[in-house]
Amino acid sequence: MKNVNEKEKDLAIITVIGKDRTGIVAHVSQALYEEAVNIEDISQTIMEGNFVMAMLVDIKSAKKDIKALRAALEKVGGKIGQQIQIQSEKIFESMHRV
Amino acid sequence: MPLKFSAEEIFETAKVLTTENFDIRTVTLGINLLPCASDDFEKLCQSVEKKIINIAKDLINKANKIEAKYGVPIINKRITITPASLILESSFTNNAKADAGKCVEFGKLLDKIAKKLNIDFIGGFGGFAEKGLTYADQVVIDALPDVLSQTERVCAFYSLASTKAGINMRAVAKFGSIIHEISQKTEKAIGCAKLVLFANAVSDNPFMAGGFHGPSEADAVLNIGISGPGVVRKTVEKNRKDLDLDKLANAIKQVAFKITRAGELIGREVAQEIGVKFGIVDVSLAPTTKVGDSVAKILEAMGLERVGTHGTTAALYMLTDSVKKGGIMASQSIGGLSGAFIAVSEDIGMVESAKEKVLNIDKLEAMTAVCSVGLDMIAIPGDTKTTTIAGIIADELAIGVANHKTTGVRIIPVPGKKAGDYIKWGGLLGETVIMPVHNESSDEFIWRKGQIPPPITSFRN
Repeated sequence: MKNVNEKEKDLAIITVIGKDRTGIVAHVSQALYEEAVNIEDISQTIMEGNFVMAMLVDIKSAKKDIKALRAALEKVGGKIGQQIQIQSEKIFESMHRV
Repeated sequence: MPLKFSAEEIFETAKVLTTENFDIRTVTLGINLLPCASDDFEKLCQSVEKKIINIAKDLINKANKIEAKYGVPIINKRITITPASLILESSFTNNAKADAGKCVEFGKLLDKIAKKLNIDFIGGFGGFAEKGLTYADQVVIDALPDVLSQTERVCAFYSLASTKAGINMRAVAKFGSIIHEISQKTEKAIGCAKLVLFANAVSDNPFMAGGFHGPSEADAVLNIGISGPGVVRKTVEKNRKDLDLDKLANAIKQVAFKITRAGELIGREVAQEIGVKFGIVDVSLAPTTKVGDSVAKILEAMGLERVGTHGTTAALYMLTDSVKKGGIMASQSIGGLSGAFIAVSEDIGMVESAKEKVLNIDKLEAMTAVCSVGLDMIAIPGDTKTTTIAGIIADELAIGVANHKTTGVRIIPVPGKKAGDYIKWGGLLGETVIMPVHNESSDEFIWRKGQIPPPITSFRN
């Protein structure tokens, strides 16, 4: 059973896609730290020749709303040559779980 | 808390949302205006304005909010209303000139409201005339050229046929002339792109130009149309070229299921935010002028050199059916128009094929027997006879009536242009080559007027 704290979370998934290079995790984590976004889990792999990193984050206490966070992450993505997206976790749930 | 999804699943969703152009094509708020009917025209207008603004004031804000949450673009935000003929009828005084003036005033009011709310289209300027024309229908139809030439965002429709009633050929003949008149009165005949004539019209259609809020609906309902020709094309392309068609159909079904699930989630949240009932999801492969958004290119990816060649109807049937089946499983309430749209000028692949004279009106007509809509955004020579236009409409409506399905006609005779010329409208409406029509006369058939009876299969009571 989920505990009360988990229910109150506002979960989103950040996807980072691009060529593998050093410092990706560092740059993205730094940006998230600055925005008070908590990282819950990270997974990374190589797929179709792309470096793919997925992060589960809680944006409940974030300083910005998701739209502004997206803009901030896209800026970081531009700097390190990666495509970065953020979406509410619910859309992954609806597409991949019945 | 750990990630519940595999990297493959996350990568797939990320790709669908970015490189494959998945989008919510439209969120469309249907509003019942029947309670606004009044014999006092000014009062009627006031209550219509008050009601629409009251219900729809937050549509744009709330849709933008949900768009940001999921990172899925919501391209259009629209409103449909109770068919105008049903609302205006109460204010008519049997003075045709004065009543026509009310139609134009009402159209302008809707246009003003759409602009005020920042809505791109407001649909429902029309009525039902499958079996007969009321006085109100005649006034509204005659006023359409003025309404469409004096407004920007108002969309019109008329229902002229149904499987239960047959085809109202008197009305069809009338629309041959009305379409001609609209083409003369509006720049580049653009008004014709805002009028759809239907057989078996559906009352919860979120798409324009044919959307309206039917009398069987609740007071306010949010319907959504989701699209993703790019997502489906990628699915076709990433499978082996010699994959059996039943397996390909299954792959399309699965991807349609996933995008419908995502669409329904978003639609329900927008409805909840606005505080209205959620209606239906139409999962329709609707083209835009972007290469990645072409339905023709999906059919070509299935193995046809050019859309319109032999095998096109079969491929389109399979595509439409697979999309419907995936959508039906995914949604609590799927809409009747789910499938594929084959609007010509809005689809770069259709236009290329028409330019090469592979695709023509006759083939398109056959294709409409197996896909969700009808002859859509087809430009024909400006000097096409009104009876020929009526003949094209009658043919298309007959396909709908005989097959118990919705069909529509959105056809544009472009003044001064002949077959093979080119017309550019820009924006969502795109551009296309002018398609030839048959020159042999349909005059005597159309002049008979009357009613084509409903098919034997409709006598079920």
